[in-house]
Amino acid sequence: MSSNALSYLRQSKMPHIWCPGCGNGIVMNAIIRAIDSLGLDPRQTVIVSGIGCSSRAPGYMNFDTLHTAHGRALTFATGVKMANPALNVIVISGDGDGAAIGGNHLIHACRRNIDITLVLVNNNIYGMTSGQYSPLTPTGALATTAVYGNIDRPFDLVKLASGAGATYVARSTVYHVPQLKTYIQNAIKHHGFSVVEAVSTCPTYFGRKNKRGDAANMMVWMKDNTAVYKKGVEEYDKSLVIGEFVNIEAPEYTDSYAALTERVGGS
Amino acid sequence: MSGKKAVLLQGNEACVKGALTAGLRFFAGYPITPSSEIAEQASIELPKVGGCFMQMEDEIASMGCALGASLTGVKSMTATSGPGFSLKQELIGFGAMAEIPVVIVSIMRMGPSTGLPTSPAAGDIMQAKWGTHGDHPAICICPTSVKEMHDLTVAAFNYAEKYRTPVMLMTDEVIAHMREGVVFEDHYEVIDRVHPAPYEEGYLPYACEEGSLVPPMAAYGEGYRFHVTGLSHDESGFPTNSPAVNDRLIRRLCAKVEADADNIVIYDEYMTGDCGTLFVAYGSVARTSLYIVKQLRAQGIKAGLFIPKTIWPFPEKAYQKIIAGGRVKNVIVPEMNMGQLVLEVDRITKTQASVVGIPKVSGELFKTEELYEKVMAVI
Repeated sequence: MSSNALSYLRQSKMPHIWCPGCGNGIVMNAIIRAIDSLGLDPRQTVIVSGIGCSSRAPGYMNFDTLHTAHGRALTFATGVKMANPALNVIVISGDGDGAAIGGNHLIHACRRNIDITLVLVNNNIYGMTSGQYSPLTPTGALATTAVYGNIDRPFDLVKLASGAGATYVARSTVYHVPQLKTYIQNAIKHHGFSVVEAVSTCPTYFGRKNKRGDAANMMVWMKDNTAVYKKGVEEYDKSLVIGEFVNIEAPEYTDSYAALTERVGGS
Repeated sequence: MSGKKAVLLQGNEACVKGALTAGLRFFAGYPITPSSEIAEQASIELPKVGGCFMQMEDEIASMGCALGASLTGVKSMTATSGPGFSLKQELIGFGAMAEIPVVIVSIMRMGPSTGLPTSPAAGDIMQAKWGTHGDHPAICICPTSVKEMHDLTVAAFNYAEKYRTPVMLMTDEVIAHMREGVVFEDHYEVIDRVHPAPYEEGYLPYACEEGSLVPPMAAYGEGYRFHVTGLSHDESGFPTNSPAVNDRLIRRLCAKVEADADNIVIYDEYMTGDCGTLFVAYGSVARTSLYIVKQLRAQGIKAGLFIPKTIWPFPEKAYQKIIAGGRVKNVIVPEMNMGQLVLEVDRITKTQASVVGIPKVSGELFKTEELYEKVMAVI
């Protein structure tokens, strides 16, 4: 990593809490590189998270950082952004935090199209609480609360965010790091609510339980099971599709509120 | 009334006026009876002053949104009622732990659960202190009139800013929906959070200055680049598992309110100088109780009234001053619940007087004849 990128980290807070082979560090790296490439002012950038392994990332990042309650990152982030629209607001969440307990906030942030970037780290499991199934755990997979196989149907996060009205939606994996960084960069640049799903590894609780091997094996699985999204193509021969799925313009919420304020004569 | 014109206002409207007087610039809420007029008024008034109104997707979201806004340096609030107050509890604890100023208005209606949405009650005042998990400071203010809905909302913001903590303004549906003529004061003192010195290497966002228990507060976007978490943290704001640090943090959080209670408590007393029977009442019940006190006095019965305007911290010293000496034989606590504040009154009174609660849980306010009869049965 360039010395410039290192300056975005609180190196005194290392070592981090993540397990060997966890993808969270790769996602955090991609976010920092995206911020660095865009030249965002770190003093004007707020990183918000909820609760879970990936939500510990802001603690290691040298910005104004906010580690909120489980599932509520987007609600706090909305308050920060609405109260000071000049700030860049980036939310880091997980599949449990963002798609289960925080699912309502996710769809409403998409609907409002508020200029916040959500990076949702999907490791298909609740890692911090030691391996319970999440709304993004595949049907049939094993978890500590699904020892007979998960009977739930998972969300397709890309379809969920798109359907709810997010104006930028992308997915990459911790194997496809350059794409991940590019999508996060495009998401931050995008004026509106942007969602990047970062498919990640939890070798400790998902990999081991589901006989996916160690982190390296899980990476190879990602490599072998990924197709790249092509506009108009619905069917893919791989189970994981990455790419930029949505990138459209729509009225952004802080802009709409500013226009309303002006209309009623507020300063 | 010194020649100034009275303004006819509803309690909830007066609350928003008071908030604006105190410097409110951000409101996040969710519709719920009987507090919705607060959101409605905030949505009308805030854009006019360059402030922001957000109607969020749920009660929890509105609490989180209000807290997030406060971290950027603006004064923020939310308003709700019983079911919503229950939903907000976790994030009220977050605000207490992370020391984020915010005002939560909760207009009490009959519970539990959905209960009677348009009927008055006072069943949530213990929840104001004990509703969120863990030990934490609690400031809860309870107005008894429309004027106080304004004035005490100003006080609520001042306390939130001064002590860096969520402050609850809670009263019953009667006070919230009542309309009264209000004559405003000429001047209201407004307190803003203390800002830290310009950023320097080694800045500690949760370090208190000498003699203070409240750390100065920077805003996001000012270059301090500080960390806020609901985890137990040290002065740097970063999590720690240190038992000593955790012990010190929780004790400081509680002490910043408890140790300064003398400067926080608000109360009124009527005819307490010689009373043998003392009423302790809050919210609309204080008004009914005052009527009864006057009625008893007219009959030669030496009755008095103590009105805690801060339920938490309870004005313990002022109350003790009245009951000390053994002149007060009966303390009567009429409440629109099964008996909540009576427990606190009883705790403080010990054996100095007989404490009797008069509970009412029908969803109706106390009628004067009814309260009179119940009181006569006691004394």
